[in-house]
Amino acid sequence: MSTFITIQGAAAPLRLDNIDTDVIVRIERLAALSKEQLGPFALEALRFRPDGSEDPACVLNQPAFRGASILLAGANFGCGSSREAAVWALMGIGIRCVIAPSFGDIFFGNCFQNGMLPIRLTHAEIGILAQASRDGAPLEVDLHTCTIKARYGTLIRFTVDEHRREALLSGLDDIDLTLRKEDSIRAWQQRDRNRRPWVWSLPSPAEARAAVAPITLAGCTARSQAGLASNP
Amino acid sequence: MSDVAGLTLFDKLWNEHVIFDLGGGWALLHIDRHVMHDLVGGGSFADLAARGVKVHDPQFTFATPDHAVSSLPGRVATTFPLGGRLHAALRGGAQAAGVQFFDVGSGSQGIVHVMAPELGIVLPGVSVVCTDSHTCTNGGIGALGFGIGTTESVHVLATQTLRQQKPQRMRILCDGVLPQGTTAKDLALHIIGRLGAAAGVGYAIEYAGSAVEALDVEARLTLCNLSVELGARFGLIAPDERTIAWVRGKPWAPKGAAFEEAAACWRTLVSDADAQFEREERIDASSVGPTITWGTSPQHAIAIDARVPDPSALDDAARPAVHAALEYMGFLPGVPIAGTPIDWVFIGSCSNSRLSDLQAAADVARGRHVAPGVRAWVVPGSESVQRAAEAEGLHEVFLSAGFEWRSPGCSLCVAANGEQVGPGERCVSTSNRNFVGRQGPGARTHLASPAMAAAAAIAGSITDFRHLP
Repeated sequence: MSTFITIQGAAAPLRLDNIDTDVIVRIERLAALSKEQLGPFALEALRFRPDGSEDPACVLNQPAFRGASILLAGANFGCGSSREAAVWALMGIGIRCVIAPSFGDIFFGNCFQNGMLPIRLTHAEIGILAQASRDGAPLEVDLHTCTIKARYGTLIRFTVDEHRREALLSGLDDIDLTLRKEDSIRAWQQRDRNRRPWVWSLPSPAEARAAVAPITLAGCTARSQAGLASNP
Repeated sequence: MSDVAGLTLFDKLWNEHVIFDLGGGWALLHIDRHVMHDLVGGGSFADLAARGVKVHDPQFTFATPDHAVSSLPGRVATTFPLGGRLHAALRGGAQAAGVQFFDVGSGSQGIVHVMAPELGIVLPGVSVVCTDSHTCTNGGIGALGFGIGTTESVHVLATQTLRQQKPQRMRILCDGVLPQGTTAKDLALHIIGRLGAAAGVGYAIEYAGSAVEALDVEARLTLCNLSVELGARFGLIAPDERTIAWVRGKPWAPKGAAFEEAAACWRTLVSDADAQFEREERIDASSVGPTITWGTSPQHAIAIDARVPDPSALDDAARPAVHAALEYMGFLPGVPIAGTPIDWVFIGSCSNSRLSDLQAAADVARGRHVAPGVRAWVVPGSESVQRAAEAEGLHEVFLSAGFEWRSPGCSLCVAANGEQVGPGERCVSTSNRNFVGRQGPGARTHLASPAMAAAAAIAGSITDFRHLP
């Protein structure tokens, strides 16, 4: 996992509530593209007009905030789908930190898996930061001290769960950490086989599959296709 | 009497799966069932392979194509070519790892949250994860189900565990009786409309009360499905005798003595009388009627006989979002929602594509016909649902009424399969998300129950199905 210690950059104010992960990146983009290719499609419904041209009214297209590394967002940012591509797409346009009153739970967790820092602050605190950075003046986010500094001596403290903070600072990989606990996991599973045998008593795949009839293309399917043809 | 407060259903499910405590509210949880789909599943297998790690317990992972598979009748895996690539990656990864893969045509393929409980892969009391936020659906049978990201799914493949922080607990008590014709979908939309789309952020929600106990199992799956639209990663309903009867005999469920032992365990999965919840809400089910969304968030839910909001009547904080939603949806302020002309109807998705949903829609469609100019799709949630519906002739009802009877998958809910609602077109959909562009760029989505969706197809406009001629 990548580390996060401190960043300095412009903070784009996109303070609409309930920006969902479908808006952050459309699903057909993540179906078609690799995680490194998603940046151009981040927030496309907001950044681009239906004809594909940039919408100058979108804050992310304004010169002061193009290339911003911080997003000042509304409540429940990243609600909806679990797609981790929402984080990858934002990272693709250079965002490393999102500050919002609240986040979708799955998006919040996905940020930490990718070295992105989501910070919860109040509406009022985000308003102060938006004011201090309104013309693109940089903010400095420091995860060591858990502070955000802006011009005129503005300083706002934030809190991050200590587990999450340590993982971001060290860049430790959860999967590597857990793989080191293999003996404990296998021992627990051995006990669990006795405690909850029914969780472990799966039928043989052949037996379970035999209980389910396949779907054939005969009969109704042909009629469905006829129905389709008559209803273009 | 003990001073220690009793445990909630969620506490009991959580505690059952803790391998060890990581401190600070974190635990390493055992994952009993892992379900994978085509959209990102192939990538998870590839990430695992790149690490040089094998699947820890392949017998606990099950894969099927749903998101990117075409629903065209007679479809094959490659009918939607991009989906065909994702399908091949998932199938290849599953076969190499010894993971069960339910292919198109096998009879078991379907939307992950329809397929996994109906096959008995997901059981009450198990922990189940999937790279899909609607994994909370499985809470309807009392499973600890939650959506995860791709990196977390690789963690599960590698270790059969996840590092998780325990959420807070909320209970939503639904007292009274739902009026005739009012469904779990209406109840869910009503709750989200009342509490807001962020009310459940940071919580695991338990639904309880007389109106919830009265729901059949499929309706419970629907109610829990929409928990994530309330912001919660978990939605739960205590399993009862109805649940146990529903699970009994499913192909992948335990048999004989093992089943009875399991059922005895499931009967203990109930919140203690003195259990403490950080938040508790009460809903009077008798006040809920047919409900539909007007805007671009599931919280934009109103009764079918209500009007869309008028932003000028709102405060400065609320006005811009409502104004933007009305504009996107093509509504003038304050108009009645009933009577709005529509272009599309979609009956399907992990919310409402089970047999009982299709029966409810067929009851409305029977002997009637889809209005001219409306495309109406019925997409069964799984091949098992398709088989059962065809066995009782529901496909004939739909086809005679001018609906299209299609093949199982996520289809128009997720629009990642070549199937989209066009820009500016209006769709009444039994799915769970009315986000901007969800069903296609510029598409306008109204969430509703299967009966309401079928009625809209017949009338050609949003309508109260109870008043259909």
